[in-house]
Amino acid sequence: MTEESTQTLTVVVERELPHPPEKVWRAITQSALIGEWLMQNDFQPVADHTFTFRADWGSVVGTVRSVEPEKELSYTWEAYGLESVVTWTLTKTSTGTNLRMEQTGFRPDQMQAYHGAKAGWPNFLDGLEKVLEKAD
Amino acid sequence: MLFKAIADPTRRALFERLCREGDLTVGALTARSGISQPAVSKHLRILKQAGLVRDRIDGRQTHYSAQPAALAPLLDWTREMAGFWQTRFDQLEELLKRMD
Repeated sequence: MTEESTQTLTVVVERELPHPPEKVWRAITQSALIGEWLMQNDFQPVADHTFTFRADWGSVVGTVRSVEPEKELSYTWEAYGLESVVTWTLTKTSTGTNLRMEQTGFRPDQMQAYHGAKAGWPNFLDGLEKVLEKAD
Repeated sequence: MLFKAIADPTRRALFERLCREGDLTVGALTARSGISQPAVSKHLRILKQAGLVRDRIDGRQTHYSAQPAALAPLLDWTREMAGFWQTRFDQLEELLKRMD
């Protein structure tokens, strides 16, 4: 994990899929297939390609950061003034593929706060959920 | 205000101690903070302005307690996105079943 990502808010969703990486890769990189489960789009798995995901609630603009076929895909994700990075990681398993999505985000107006707090962010954010549960 | 308040490691440490140990006086908070009492008081004022702590005067002592619910805006984004992606993963699994 890079230093940058430890200073920001992160969402991770991970699943074991009974399908080979080659198939999962097509589902997350081919425009028509992405449209079936994520959003309508003009996505292309090409570095620096800028694309738009469209839904009835609005749109997401992104730029492809890196492409490593059947292994890793990373793109920026900007919506509602919130800029974040989505990284997909595919790992081949004996039964198929482990698919991991990590979204790391921050708002520009929060940047200074995040950068001002180099140490302690990850532990602090890990603890937040617990603190809030106790508060209810 | 909230992000600025929580961005400072000293303030975060004070806030976390109040979350863990409950109600504490300025004196008790100063004792293990490694900074002066006026500095602690200044940090507590900023935490109070952000709604993260509440003060209560008891005789000559001021007691502080954490108000962790004030942190909710920080969590909203992660909660919202986690819900969004769980739904999308469900749809992705459905698609994979239909694909060759």
